[in-house]
Amino acid sequence: MIVAEKKPIEEIIEEIKDYKKILIAGCNECVTVCEAGGKKEVGVLASALRMYFINNGKKMEIDEVTLERQCDHEYLEEIRNQIGQYDAVVSLACGVGVQFMAEKYRRIPIYPGVNTSFMGVTEERGVWTERCQGCGQCILARTASICPISRCAKRLLNGPCGGSTNGKCEISKDLDCAWQLIIDRLKELNRLDDYEKLLPIKDWSTERAGGPRKVVREDVRL
Amino acid sequence: MIETKTPSKLEKILSSGHMAVTSECGPPRGSNPEAVTKKAELIRNHVDAINITDNQTAVTRLCSLASCIHLKMMGIEPTLQMVTRDRNRIALQSDILGAASFDIHNILCLSGDHQSFGDCPTGQNVFDLDSMQLIQTVRLMRDEGKFLGGDGIDRPPQLFVGAAANPFADPFEIRVPRLAKKVAAGVEFIQTQCIYNLDKFELWMKQVRDRGLHEKVYILAGVTPLKSAGMAKYMKNRVPGMDVPDEVVHRMSGVSKEKQAEEGINICVESIQRLKEIEGVRGFHIMAIEWEQKVPEIVERSGLFPRPKIEM
Amino acid sequence: MRLQYPEAIRIIRVPCTGKVDILHILKSFEKGADGVYIVGCLEGDCRFDNGNLRARKRVQQAQALLDKIGIGGERVQMYNLSSGEGPLFAEIAAEMTAKIKEMGPNPLKEALKKQAA
Repeated sequence: MIVAEKKPIEEIIEEIKDYKKILIAGCNECVTVCEAGGKKEVGVLASALRMYFINNGKKMEIDEVTLERQCDHEYLEEIRNQIGQYDAVVSLACGVGVQFMAEKYRRIPIYPGVNTSFMGVTEERGVWTERCQGCGQCILARTASICPISRCAKRLLNGPCGGSTNGKCEISKDLDCAWQLIIDRLKELNRLDDYEKLLPIKDWSTERAGGPRKVVREDVRL
Repeated sequence: MIETKTPSKLEKILSSGHMAVTSECGPPRGSNPEAVTKKAELIRNHVDAINITDNQTAVTRLCSLASCIHLKMMGIEPTLQMVTRDRNRIALQSDILGAASFDIHNILCLSGDHQSFGDCPTGQNVFDLDSMQLIQTVRLMRDEGKFLGGDGIDRPPQLFVGAAANPFADPFEIRVPRLAKKVAAGVEFIQTQCIYNLDKFELWMKQVRDRGLHEKVYILAGVTPLKSAGMAKYMKNRVPGMDVPDEVVHRMSGVSKEKQAEEGINICVESIQRLKEIEGVRGFHIMAIEWEQKVPEIVERSGLFPRPKIEM
Repeated sequence: MRLQYPEAIRIIRVPCTGKVDILHILKSFEKGADGVYIVGCLEGDCRFDNGNLRARKRVQQAQALLDKIGIGGERVQMYNLSSGEGPLFAEIAAEMTAKIKEMGPNPLKEALKKQAA
């Protein structure tokens, strides 16, 4: 999923304080699972903002809505008839949702309510960690299904570096060394010999470096 | 062993069977070239080549290439250290050509410490290539006279290609396979991490010999004289990938404060004596961190002086 | 036992404090409550393992948020006691009431009055 973190409420207040009527829009997908922007978080933010503005002597109307997704036209269309009455929207979707809503509703300012962090997993309740950076050219087949691009602080394709200590990364004792994980798993799979295969210089053009990316599937296009 | 492929003095010394001695200087945090040239002057007669570090520990400093040029102008052979942290493949290749244009003949290919250790922890890192891929890149440019993009290079660089190896980092079991991988990538000389745990280093060298790697790459054993018991403890506990056995710490703290520096030099000289006896060790890389004035004494007491004269 | 506790307190029964959501706490303040406290079972004694621990986390979340928006995080508290501790229940009620009296009424009520005027 896409993992996000709630923005500090002060930051949101600063952005919207001059408006009179606001819609807080949550998203039922990733941000719900990582407890940053689902229906619950919409309710909490709306309630807290209402109290803040009352307490500060300001009239502010705040409504709530949570869409199935904010990255697809049909769900964003659901608010077409009501969105015109708001001065602005605070979207608790990831950065994708914020932008897609803004593309669709061009005359209404859309503010981000979360910081979009990474693509990752729920390692345990309340702990989310990164697994993928969407490089567009998956190498997991070569690295024992552990991604050094997203999990090694130096993105080393032929690691580990000299800083790997007791299985941990040189930048933090709380961070597993991705290459230690790769080597451990190669051992478990009885494939440690594969370690010596050099990974070639990577074509980063399918990654961010190549500019904004696009996938077109003519076979499913209508 | 290997025919020389470059005009590098370091390569000539190694290929003619002499024990090589290299050292290194860290450039200053400013633009005064004397900070490099003075250190180099202290050791020029006692070493064959001097590494210039590339923004070591990710702290911004005078650049390695410019410092190497200063050495070159003094008639000293530099080794250009190059990390892949700060430059993409365009900049790396461009700097390699820059070095070649000044007839710099040695390069050490590294990934580099993570920027979180340095003075720009909020900065971006690059790591377009890793150290192994940088080795491959330099070899391609030198041996085939080609850029990574495939075009030909007018006057290709003539660089003797080195890399680092840390026999003590984790996981130990892949430390030799990792060296094999660097050899496969095309590395020609290795400078190791500072060696304090000689038993473990001997074990590593045995595994290196078992695979015949000592015949394929010149291994220079890295040593760093300890200045104090405090430094020994710091290296033991704080520096990632460093292995300082308790007995070394005890030996340093077992003498009075005024005598600790001398004891550090003694340990260093004794280490070199023992390392010399290990088959496959082809020289030494003496990293006297901000203590360059001690390099001549270490070289002389280790029986590595005078340095061989090589016809260039 | 017929113990007295302050009449300003309104009790809302839940099957387990784990059922109490941060939204319940916030809504109480939006609706004018001066303080909210959650009384759960002793830690380690939850029938559902960790309902009371979850409640404590939510109280902490609410405290942080109420502090940030100027309502005062101290207005929310978590207490733990066993079902046999009636006198303690009354004691907590008195303690909480005293604390809230000292803090004064929910500032929203005053602000709303001003807005209406």
